[in-house]
Formats: sequence, C-alpha cells, structure tokens
Amino acid sequence: MTDATPAIELRGISKAFGPVQANKDISIRVMPGTIHGIIGENGAGKSTLMSILYGFYKADSGEIFINGKKTAIPDSQAAIEAGIGMVFQHFKLVENFTVLENVILGAEDGMLLRPSLAKARQQLKQLAEEYELSVDPDALIEDIGVGAQQRVEILKALYRKADILILDEPTGVLTPAEADHLFRILENLKREGKTIILITHKLREIMEITDEVSVMRRGQMVGHVSTANTSPPELAELMVGRKVLLRVDKKPATPGAPVLQVRDLKVTDDKGVHRLRGISFEVRAGEILGIAGVAGNGQSELLEVLGGYERGTGEILLNGQPIDATLRHSNGRTRRESGISHVPEDRQREGLIMDFSAWENIAFGYHNAPEYQQSRLFMKNAAIRAATEEKMQKFDVRPPNPLLAAKNFSGGNQQKLVLAREIDRNPDLLLVGQPTRGVDIGAIEFIHQQIVALRDAGKAILLVSVELDEIMSLADRIAVMFDGRIMGERLPDKTNAKELGLLMAGMSGEAA
Amino acid sequence: MDLITILQVLDATVRLSVPLLLACLAGLFSERAGIFDIGLEGKMLVSAFMSAAVAAVTGSVWVGLLAGIGASLVLAGIHGLASITFRGNQLISGVAINFLASGMTVLMAQSWFQQGGRTPSLRGAARFNDINLPYVDQLKDVPVIGPIYADLISGHTILVYVALACVPLTWWALYRTRFGLRLRAVGENPAAVDTAGVSVIGMRFAAVAICGVLSGIAGAYLSTGLQAGFIKDMTAGRGYIALAALIFSKWRPWYALMATFLFGFLQALALRPDLLEKVLFVKVQVQLLDALPYILTVVILAGFVGKAIPPRAGGEPYVKER
Repeated sequence: MTDATPAIELRGISKAFGPVQANKDISIRVMPGTIHGIIGENGAGKSTLMSILYGFYKADSGEIFINGKKTAIPDSQAAIEAGIGMVFQHFKLVENFTVLENVILGAEDGMLLRPSLAKARQQLKQLAEEYELSVDPDALIEDIGVGAQQRVEILKALYRKADILILDEPTGVLTPAEADHLFRILENLKREGKTIILITHKLREIMEITDEVSVMRRGQMVGHVSTANTSPPELAELMVGRKVLLRVDKKPATPGAPVLQVRDLKVTDDKGVHRLRGISFEVRAGEILGIAGVAGNGQSELLEVLGGYERGTGEILLNGQPIDATLRHSNGRTRRESGISHVPEDRQREGLIMDFSAWENIAFGYHNAPEYQQSRLFMKNAAIRAATEEKMQKFDVRPPNPLLAAKNFSGGNQQKLVLAREIDRNPDLLLVGQPTRGVDIGAIEFIHQQIVALRDAGKAILLVSVELDEIMSLADRIAVMFDGRIMGERLPDKTNAKELGLLMAGMSGEAA
Repeated sequence: MDLITILQVLDATVRLSVPLLLACLAGLFSERAGIFDIGLEGKMLVSAFMSAAVAAVTGSVWVGLLAGIGASLVLAGIHGLASITFRGNQLISGVAINFLASGMTVLMAQSWFQQGGRTPSLRGAARFNDINLPYVDQLKDVPVIGPIYADLISGHTILVYVALACVPLTWWALYRTRFGLRLRAVGENPAAVDTAGVSVIGMRFAAVAICGVLSGIAGAYLSTGLQAGFIKDMTAGRGYIALAALIFSKWRPWYALMATFLFGFLQALALRPDLLEKVLFVKVQVQLLDALPYILTVVILAGFVGKAIPPRAGGEPYVKER
C-alpha cells in the first residue's frame, strides 16, 4: 500500500440546488485500503458529495479521479462500473422482494433470472463466510431487521465487485451491538484491501474506526486530519466553527414529588399490533427520565398517548390526578391545560405546520389561551406576534422574524421554535421526543441547556431519544424500551453503552 | 338447462372476457411499473376506431390492427410524457385521455365516413373471422367433449387465443425474466432501481408502451372481432371494469384471467335474461342484469373485496430525493 495514488480524488466539486450551494469547491483524497471518515453537521453537504461520487446527482463542476484515472460518473451505472458501491442512509431495497432478488437487481447476468439467482446464492454464501455478512437469501426484506437490511445493501455492493464502499450515516438505525457488528465487517473489508468512506455526524464513530477524517461545514471542506492526531473537541470545533461543549453541564438532580405516574399502560394500533404492552414508570419533579431504545419499539406511541392523541388503556396520574388514557374524557387540549407540554418527535409533521408563519405556529395548541383571545371569534394577532418575537429572542431562534414561514428556518431553529412554544408555558411535565434529531451541534448545546434549566426549575421531564449519547448525558434515570415493554431502569453513572445496548436489543441481562 | 345452452353462455363469456383480459393485462404492466392508468378506456376506444376505419379503407384487418395499436401507442406516449417525463398527475392525464378519445373518435368517424360517427360495417378480410381448430369435424360427434371442443374451445378469432396466451406469457415475463424483476421493482421502489444503475424512466416507458400495445389489441378486438365496425363509445366502460378486475386480481396475471372471466360471465348473462328466469324462477329486470358488471366494479373499487395492496410507488412520479 503506497500513498502515491489515492483510490478516490475529488477536485473542485461544486453543486447547487436552486439557491442553496450544497457543495462549494470541494477537494478530497482517499487512500486505498483505508477507512476515511467524512464528518459534518446535518446539511453540511456530506451526503450530496457522496451522491455525486455515486452518480446519483451530477456535479455542476469539478473532476473525479478513480485510482488516478480521471473518470466521468454521469449515473449510478458508471459508478458501479468504476467499482464504487454505496449504502444509503435510507436503504434502497425493494421491500417485498427477497434478499437474493434485491442483490441481483440491475446486475443480472442475462435475460432469465434463474441462472443469476443461482450464482448470487453461491456468492452470498462465500461473502457471508468471508466478512461475517450472513443473511437468509430467501427472506423478504420487510421481514428482516434493519441490521440485516443494511448487510443486504453491503452485499449488493460487494456482489457488484465494489472496491470502494461509501456508507452514509450507517449506524443511525442500529443498536450498539449491531453497530459493533457493522464495524467488524468494515474492518474485515479494509483488511481485504477495500477502501471505505464513512459519512457520519457522530464523533465517537470517527474516533473508533477511521484512519483519516475530512470535516465539512456549510458545503465546504474545512479540514483533513488523521484520526490518530485529533480529538473529539478539535473535530467538533472544526464542524461548528467555534468551541462547543460536548458534555452537558448539569448539577445532580434533586427529585421531588412524583409528577407523572403511569401504570400498566397499553396501546394497540389499528392493525391490532400491541405497541405498548403494559408499561409502568414515574417521573418526579426536578428530574429527567430518559427513554432509550431503537426507533419503533413503542416510544412514539408512549409520547402520543401521553400527549393525548393516541388511544390507550391503563392508569395515568398527573400530580396525583387521574387522566383518561382512552381519550373519551380527555384530549390534547385538556392535557395542555392540565400542565403537560409536548415537543413531538417529528417537528415537521407534528410540531409545526411548515407553510405557516412562526407566530401562527407559536399560537398553535395555545390559541385558546386568554391572552391570545380578543373575543370568541377573533384572535389578538398583534399580541401573538409580539409574544412570538419575545420568545424567539429568548430561545435564540434565528432569524427572529415572527412572519417567516416555519419551513424557512433551519432544522435547529425549527426545533428551538417548538421548544420556545412548549417550554415557555412553564409546564409541570414536558414530554420531549428526539429533541436534537437533525439539529446541528451548536443548537444541540442550547437545546440541552434549556431542558436542564427546566429540570432545575423543578419540572418533570420525559425525554425520548434514540441517541444513546444524548440519553446518557441528559437523563437522571434511564428506562430502556424494547417491543412495547420497559426492559429495565438504570442510573446513567452506574451503567454503560454496552449494558444499555443489550437491553435495547431485548436481552434483559443477568445484571438486571 | 342443457349442455348446449351452458356452452353458449360460456362461449359468450369467453368472447366478452377477451377485451377485459387484454385491458387488464395492459393495466397490469403499467401499474406494476408504478404508473396508474385510468386511460385504458380511451386507448381501447381510439384503437377500436382506428382499426375499424383502416380495415374498412384498406380491406385488411391486419393493417387495421396495426393502425389500432399505433393509435393506442400514441395515447400511451402522451400519458408517459405527462406522468413520467413531466411528473404530472397520472389520474388527471388518464381522464384527459379518455375525454380526448371519446370526442375525437366520433369526430373523425363522422368526417371520414359521414355515417353518424360510426365506421362502415366490416366484411370478409376486413374482420377477424372465427377460426376452426384442427380435428373439429372429426370430434364434433363425440358426446360432451365434441361440443365443448367445437363450440367453446374452437371457433374464436385469433385474438382470443392471443389474449389467452398473454396470461402465461405475462406471468413468465414478470416472474422469470430480468425485465420482469426490474419492472416490479420500479413499481415498488424506483430509488432501488435507480441506484442499481437501471433507468427508471426507461423501465416506466417500456411498461407504458406494452400497456399501449395490449390495450390496442383489446380495442381492435372490439370493433373487428367481437363486432363488425366502430360505434360511438363502444368500449362502454370496459377500461374501468378492467381496472376493477386488476384490483380484484391483486395485480397478478392468473388472477386477472379469473377476474375478467367473472366480469365476462356477468356480461354474458345479461345477454340471456331468459336463462336466469328459468333457473331462479324469478323475473330479473334486464336493466339490472346489464348493470351487474358495473355494480360489481363499484363494489370492488370501493374496497369491499378483501384488501388489495397496490404497488407501493404506484401513482407517484419518481423524483430523486434531496
């Protein structure tokens, strides 16, 4: 392995989507047989850059060199021929096809399927042994877990003889154990001389597995360092452009009386699937209860049923007063009036109306509040606008313009807008789901501070997040959910990612 | 009820099922690729007109068939252009095609032939005539099997046999060939096809073209096989019935055969109201019998018959996500 010719070299790549300059004059060299990390905040242009390399988008300008040879990549077919494979963040698999059919799709050997399928079955077996990449070739994609689906994506690339593998945020949907498995696969691939590009926003992964790191910020490449010579704080500073606090600064909690008590809460969805199978817990005043778990294990339903827009059965007590879980005598409005605020998991679908302006969004849910009501018919629009502007200042929403539509704010500022609406009501209980999903590091710091400040003001907080790091650093107690159940409760300083990872995978370890 | 009567009804069932079957398979190709096609009706109609008109002028039904397929392909191309290239709404494009076909055919028929919006009746080589399969004469007198072979299996136009052959052919193409794998994939998750290095637009246009050819044959059969000439709106909602059959069949070729035969059977029954009276001993209104296939269509389209899961990317233009 010489460092003479890079496996991939990009020179001066630029790409704009309308007025948005996603990539600006980007150059990067990736050496063969290495794992090269590309790190940057959401919207920094990492995925766009890699999609250009894979021929999914066409660059406005710039050149691509593969193994020292200038190569035009007008479409994915050309990328595949150049030996590039890509595992997208959202898998590109046909759900009701088998693993085998997905692997051969687009790489069939001839008109008829039978010989291709037989050949692929043979090769899959080989690859499985070589790289710990085992999946049942005849299983339907919709029947296998995300970890297995991701392995299918990797197999697809290897079946097409890829030497260069690009992975876009590969661990976002994985449990820690699955992520470890993925990293072992990547190490195996590297040992076989493959070149791997890993796109992520998680500093820990970069430090753990990469050899080199390139940092992107706002569409530009701001630094290349070798992983051995850098540290998480240095990378974070490069990503954000200023010093950031990676650990949440907080005092130990001083829990008071229980605010929320939940007993034997069950939710069954329209299809008869049990989403919550009888869970019980309590959140006290002045503490943050973190709910950890892989997405889709009932956390969303828990927030929805507590927020008052999903039917459930069981006992919910707020400050000792029962709340009707079946929604017959209670709804989202009565929940808010009784002191529950809710920052939903998906701010764009549940938290905001994207086409409405900031002040209209601030009024939502609280539009019946007396200070917003002129009379039974009319609202005090000017007063709401003024209140919005004040809240925007307080929560550092940029730009602080109440007339701007929600969709014109960045992800982090949209989230701050939702937080401004919910936290500023001074609720007894704050339900908050994925507070920093798709939010840049700078805003994460601010949002975490706000949540901790609310706790220190003696309020109860139920935090749901799929980011284990976030749960570990914010929560005062951690409950892990799996398949609609709480697998166990831990204290953050008396547990570790490994133990929580086992619980998240449904294994209630002996240490439980 | 004797064997002859039963055979007559079944024979009519086959004849009436064929246009539905062809249209249903046409829709199957299109929708499996993710392009909804309300415009089956319109494509059949232009083909019915064009094949009858050209056959009447040239005296050759084969030239007529080609012209019919050509006309249907033109409309399919418009639908493809609107819904694939320009990412328009597939339902609106389909409805527009139906209106266009309904008005244009009558207008052109009137201006070409001046017979009140119809084409001259077709005779001889200008029509698809019934063909007799081998050994009909020898087998005719064998009890049971003889009449079944002679009246039900033999004695249809070539297009009937073509339509029936299309069923296994479609199944084979869909599940056993590379083309079929890609076609089904493009209707389920076009992004998977795109990232696998296959052109989504190319696949979808291919599917829409096949749909055009099959609905072209269906239309030509109506005016040159089933009947002897074109009359105004002669498709009579068959395109919509085919869509209902397509949903009923859950987008599968063999089920499509069964579903279209059911509709064909209902249409055949409507031709023989006396039969039902004999069997059920109640007088059924002819109008009710005529309406039966359409009532079944509404029931199926309203989703009363089980849950049918359409191709997941159906109806949505493919846009690379940002």
